[in-house]
Amino acid sequence: MLRIRNIESGYGSIKVLRKVSLHVSPGEIVAIIGANGAGKTTLLRSISGLLKPWSGQIWFRGQDITRTPAERIVKLGCVLVPEGRQVFSTMTVRENLLLGATVRLKRGDHGEIERDMNWIYSLFPQLADRQNQIAGTLSGGEQQMLAIGRALMARPELLLLDEPSMGLAPNIVREIFNYIVRLRKELGLTVLLVEQNARSALRISDRAYVLETGRIILEGPSEDLLQDREVQRAYLGRDLDRELE
Amino acid sequence: MNIELFFQYIAGGITYGFIYAIVAIGFNIIYNTTGIINFAQGEFVMLGSMTAITLNAFLPLPVAIVLSVLITMLVGAVIEILFFRWLESPTVLRMIIITIGLSIIIREIALAIWGVNVRALPYFTGNEVSSVSFWGVHISPQVLWVIGVCSMMVLALQLFFKYSRFGRQMRACADNREAARLCGINTKNMVTLSFVLSAGMGATAGCVVSPITYSQYNMGVPLAIKGFTVAILGGLGNSLAAVAGGLILGILESLSVWIMPSAYKDAIAISILLLILFFRPRGLFGRKEDLREF
Ligand SMILES: Nc1ncnc2c1ncn2[C@@H]1O[C@H](COP(=O)(O)OP(=O)(O)O)[C@@H](O)[C@H]1O
Ligand SMILES: [Mg+2]
Repeated sequence: MLRIRNIESGYGSIKVLRKVSLHVSPGEIVAIIGANGAGKTTLLRSISGLLKPWSGQIWFRGQDITRTPAERIVKLGCVLVPEGRQVFSTMTVRENLLLGATVRLKRGDHGEIERDMNWIYSLFPQLADRQNQIAGTLSGGEQQMLAIGRALMARPELLLLDEPSMGLAPNIVREIFNYIVRLRKELGLTVLLVEQNARSALRISDRAYVLETGRIILEGPSEDLLQDREVQRAYLGRDLDRELE
Repeated sequence: MNIELFFQYIAGGITYGFIYAIVAIGFNIIYNTTGIINFAQGEFVMLGSMTAITLNAFLPLPVAIVLSVLITMLVGAVIEILFFRWLESPTVLRMIIITIGLSIIIREIALAIWGVNVRALPYFTGNEVSSVSFWGVHISPQVLWVIGVCSMMVLALQLFFKYSRFGRQMRACADNREAARLCGINTKNMVTLSFVLSAGMGATAGCVVSPITYSQYNMGVPLAIKGFTVAILGGLGNSLAAVAGGLILGILESLSVWIMPSAYKDAIAISILLLILFFRPRGLFGRKEDLREF
């Protein structure tokens, strides 16, 4: 579904990603874990076309998208839910969802768009109660649901999620992660999930990569990484401490 | 003070006020999608009215006006495509300087085509001396045209932004440009559309007001200053506040001739502009987040 080879990317003259390679197969949930500043967001921005990679290649469903503009990549079926949600904060929940379906408007399936919107409301009942509320006034968890719902309105095949748990209370984080599992089950959606919250991400994913200062230093099945001494020490330590308390 | 004369001045103020409001809304539309002030906004008004006058020499008035508005919209699109679209993440300052350069170039081209002559479109209905009276106040029917056409434009724009697909996409682009791209919106096309829209509105305003104010190659300069004042007065980005701001400035200017020589009329806008920039940079009606760059 997604294949990345030797991507290098950065800002100005600062190189952030150093020869990153990875792949995601159809139906998988793949996690990328790494500390703050490791380059996780930079990687997702490069895949989704918001940032032009310096070198390397990215293929989505066999098509080279390395230099494809962001809005075309959405149309191809690869949609990013950005870090910090980035909902349209001055617009209503309904308008946000409608905008998510932009790439489908030309095809004219308005009935289907309406149906999908209702499906999203049934998936996230909190949003259904707030259809005409301005998105900026939603709680963090609701905004995250809206951001995911907006991305789903484009009917993606691959969903890129950038730290969906950021700034949310633990019970809301659990809820969001349950939704991700459910989306794969119900829609057969493929997910590339970036998280600092390593333990939760490893629990719901099939495979994972560990990104450190712009390099992939470790990869493998998530179960194995959960047992890995290095990973436990570097990324799960804090969680372990909490569990021992 | 003669009460009838007072209302006459008010009517005059409202007429100008609406034109200022339309220019200000033109600023707003482009500001919302790009974050820049397009200082060539006044030139769209000039182009609209001068082109209509030329076309009106051999075409009926309504046809001439519609054609000239379309031509000005096309000019707006071409300007955006030639001078802005291809810039890779340009700074706001760089883009603003480009618009200032463009306004000078357009004015020079207009001077070459039309010379320094002052021209005017004919009155849409009646002539200079015809008037309608309301409670003893005589006003030219053209004033009603200005008020009517400009209010319709503001209303249509509100509906466009609220209910149409492209209006919604333009708002999304103004709200969060990157998120708009992630929804599959071509934000560059939205910028072009914003230039086309504000060119069209400016040109239309230029046509309805031409019989009253006359038209000349450099008429855009004071309009840009006043429209800018009004946009700042209303807090950038808000159409209805721009109308309120426009009416305030128009009426103030109009009444000012009572207490000072009319030669100082233009100084009012500048004074207001400076006062606002010093004391209330988000405008009278503006919200904090509307003012991104100034
Ligand atoms: N817009 C930017 N300009 C310059 N440097 C940036 C920018 N965004 C991120 N960086 C730098 O790139 C590195 C990786 O950042 P990021 O990809 O956001 O990491 P992560 O998402 O893993 O926390 C950091 O050192 C950060 O300071
Ligand atoms: Mg990040």
